[in-house]
Amino acid sequence: MSDHELIWRIAGGSGDGIDSTSQNFAKALMRSGLDVFTHRHYPSRIRGGHTYVEIRAAGHKVQSRGDGYNFLLALGDSFARNPKEGAYYGNEEIKPLSENLDELNEGGIIVYDSGLLSEDDVESLNLEERAEENDWHVFDIDLRSMAKEHGREVMRNTAGVGVTAALLEMDLEHIEDLMRDAMPEKILEPNLEILHDAYDMVTEEYDFEHDLRIPEGDHEDEQALLSGSNAIAYGAIDSGCRFIAGYPMTPWTDVFTIMSQNLPDMGGISEQVEDEIAAAALAVGASHAGVKAMSGSSGGGFALMSEPLGLAEMTETPIVLLESMRAGPSTGMPTKPEQGDLEFTLYTSQGDSARVVFAPANIEEAYEQTRLAFHIAYEYQIPTIIIYDQKLSGENENVPVSFLDREPDPSLGSTLTEDELEDLPHDESGKFHRFQHDVENGVSPRSLPGQKGGRFLATGNEHTPAGHISEDPDNRVFQMDRRLEKLEAIRTELDEEHDSNQTYAGDESADFGIITWGSAQGAVLEATERLNDQGHSVKAVGVSDMMPFPEAELTEFIESVDQAMVVEMNATAQFRGLIQKELGRYGEKLTSLLKYNGNPFEPADVVEGYELNVDGSDAEPDAQVRIEPAAGD
Amino acid sequence: MSAFNAIGDEREIDRDEFTPGLEPQPTWCPGCGDFGVLKALKQALPEVGLTPEEVLTVTGIGCSGKLNSYLDTYGFHTIHGRSLPVARAAKLANDGLTVVAAGGDGDGYGIGGNHFMHTARENHDMTYIVFNNEVFGLTKGQTSPTSPKGHTSKTTPHGNAKSPIRPLSLALTSGATYIARTAAVNPNQAKEIIKEAIEHDGFAHIDFLTQCPTWNKDARQYVPYVDVQESDDYDFDIHDRKEAQEMMFETENALYEGTVLTGRYFVDERPSYQQQKKELGEMPEEPLAERYFDDDAEWERSYDLLERHK
Ligand SMILES: Cc1ncc(C[n+]2csc(CCOP(=O)(O)OP(=O)(O)O)c2C)c(N)n1
Ligand code: SF4
Repeated sequence: MSDHELIWRIAGGSGDGIDSTSQNFAKALMRSGLDVFTHRHYPSRIRGGHTYVEIRAAGHKVQSRGDGYNFLLALGDSFARNPKEGAYYGNEEIKPLSENLDELNEGGIIVYDSGLLSEDDVESLNLEERAEENDWHVFDIDLRSMAKEHGREVMRNTAGVGVTAALLEMDLEHIEDLMRDAMPEKILEPNLEILHDAYDMVTEEYDFEHDLRIPEGDHEDEQALLSGSNAIAYGAIDSGCRFIAGYPMTPWTDVFTIMSQNLPDMGGISEQVEDEIAAAALAVGASHAGVKAMSGSSGGGFALMSEPLGLAEMTETPIVLLESMRAGPSTGMPTKPEQGDLEFTLYTSQGDSARVVFAPANIEEAYEQTRLAFHIAYEYQIPTIIIYDQKLSGENENVPVSFLDREPDPSLGSTLTEDELEDLPHDESGKFHRFQHDVENGVSPRSLPGQKGGRFLATGNEHTPAGHISEDPDNRVFQMDRRLEKLEAIRTELDEEHDSNQTYAGDESADFGIITWGSAQGAVLEATERLNDQGHSVKAVGVSDMMPFPEAELTEFIESVDQAMVVEMNATAQFRGLIQKELGRYGEKLTSLLKYNGNPFEPADVVEGYELNVDGSDAEPDAQVRIEPAAGD
Repeated sequence: MSAFNAIGDEREIDRDEFTPGLEPQPTWCPGCGDFGVLKALKQALPEVGLTPEEVLTVTGIGCSGKLNSYLDTYGFHTIHGRSLPVARAAKLANDGLTVVAAGGDGDGYGIGGNHFMHTARENHDMTYIVFNNEVFGLTKGQTSPTSPKGHTSKTTPHGNAKSPIRPLSLALTSGATYIARTAAVNPNQAKEIIKEAIEHDGFAHIDFLTQCPTWNKDARQYVPYVDVQESDDYDFDIHDRKEAQEMMFETENALYEGTVLTGRYFVDERPSYQQQKKELGEMPEEPLAERYFDDDAEWERSYDLLERHK
């Protein structure tokens, strides 16, 4: 069966090794030729607490976590298991099993660790009855003892993987290889023994009646499993970024960590500093001195960056900032995704301020648009921002290795050499005219401190061509117009020289359109495909250019449909607002499908939203999804 | 050939080179102490052999922040309180530059206090001049972190309930490795101290007393001042943290009691941040910015990092 897919969920406590186990298993699936997509669910807690990772694998491209799942490996939460009554970690070791049953699809498989979960607890779940109703296949296996016998209890993850492989009739070859790469000698042997024991035991002792087997797939090229944060970090590295400054905040920390671990070995610099104001100010300082630089944060930290962001705009210092969204306002939900910082990111900072904002939707776009962000920032001397979210940050997808095999781009953009500086206008005192009024595209090339003949003053105050502070009305208008002109030039470049950053799907002649942005795109594209398979006629566009806005493309799309639904993960329809503001109309044509409960959209949510829109049903949508009706112009 | 040929220029420099032409004229009030800092810097820079183009001055916002508008070096007039993070990154990015940061007492000890503490702690190789006039000048005379207790202004009509900050002590406990106080009324000492600070390899903090005749009319004009190195009344070891600390404490008290003590207070040879980062392999030996102009530079690619993801 070609559309047959595995959605495997491993559940346990934070700190139980779920992440590394799932990462390896995902890679093993990828190596066996499948396309994979991983989704990580975790609470804002370091140890214990219910957490899971889901891996979706199929012989075809997968773009979201899918709807529900079909294989649960419930390990039990070892941090919840505390012999002392009322102990700190609570007494919820059953959660990895109990919390995950609602989303398990019909016909699914459950493997739980009977060595860790008490019989009474399991009985209280009515598991037998529910299994019968849903045609679930339940395997209670003492993974804990199996692990203890050969090594240590934490190795029960490995036993779980062995059991999974046996039940799916999967070859152990790739799993073994990966374990050899990842584990030190000392723990490798016992782990391999546990893996084989578990595999053999299940193969020999159990008859399986379920249909679920490992899907078949084949890749033409070698693949790599990357997270959104990996893709952004690698995009930055390939763009010649060699300076990063930051302050930890989830989920931005992922990129910051990856960069910090790699930059010094490549002759670059990473700085963890006192706060986010400093972090962005450092990026400005480094870029001013002639190094490609970036910083970033998540909502609250990004708020602190609005000052240096404005400084970068006024002094025309190129920088790239990341805004990795989580649910807000304020500290909000640190480990939950939301697309609630769009308006804040577009408009934060005082004055008529201009910046470029890209919103990648998946791993490949994260890489591409990071490269574009650096190119635009340095060519046009303008801050560019990449807005993404906790979902894209943490999810993994496979991409062909060849996709990343690109030339590095160390160009500093519109920067002058000393020879070029000699021929350009200077003040009597020798100051170089850094901020000329009349230049093509609004871009006035810059010099760097330390260059001969390039001396100038950069200032966050309004200034003359030589950089002197000035409140002269004519100069003000010239400078403001020139800075804003860059946005138009950038729009033209994006339209003419780059493939569109927008993603289109579905039936071109469809009368119903779905519009989305950022990480909600995967679920929308799958839903669109599904709706068209069901005989509906729907098309979709995923928008990545937030500023400057792709006016022509969106106008064309909206003009071509009777009605469009804007799908986004926030409660106030921020992106729909942006479309209406930028295009100045279409209020009556656009409805919204909103989700803001901390969980990303799944394709079924979007399908349901479509049905409610089209059928005009009175029913309330499930999954805490909200329909926002169309507004008058 | 280097892309930054100004760096390392060995010419004899005339201090007029640091003075812009007619434009712009300083907007400072007559008698403002800020003129003293400008003058001392213009003298000090050529005397330590620097050309205008190998120096980057980074300032905050305030009357003090205008310093580099009237001084012909490469300049970056940043935002209120943020000169230090911009300055230290520029130094990290291009280690060849001489970086001088400057700002007011509100700018440096108030809004930028956190950056001050951390830049000193990290011991970045740069000079930091704080124009200490005990008031907010540019916003018209409000009480500042160095205003004396009881100081009245429009924002503290009943007198300031707060005790002033102790900038020298703060610099010492934070980790600065060169600490001095000088005054605009003492241009010769100021010049010598600035020269030492620039030549010092590490974070050099100068608390620079600058009178503000406009808003601090009853401020002592920092005269007469005493140079602690010249006077026989004060004897302490400038390399001894404890003795320096006691001397700073005394100096900070004395200011508010009407005695202006100035001079060098502490010098330490702790390696600079840049040096330590280089030793740890966290910073390249050659100025990072040069790399972008080096046609032979090998730019590593993320492609080379993919092994662990396959
Ligand atoms: C974020 C921010 N807050 C407030 C201001 C307004 N402001 C400009 S200068 C200044 C105080 C200046 O005092 P000080 O730093 O002592 O410098 P002086 O003018 O005395 O040299 C203030 C509060 C500002 N520009 N930015
Ligand atoms: S207000 Fe004070 S600090 Fe500002 S220029 Fe006038 S005298 Fe100097």
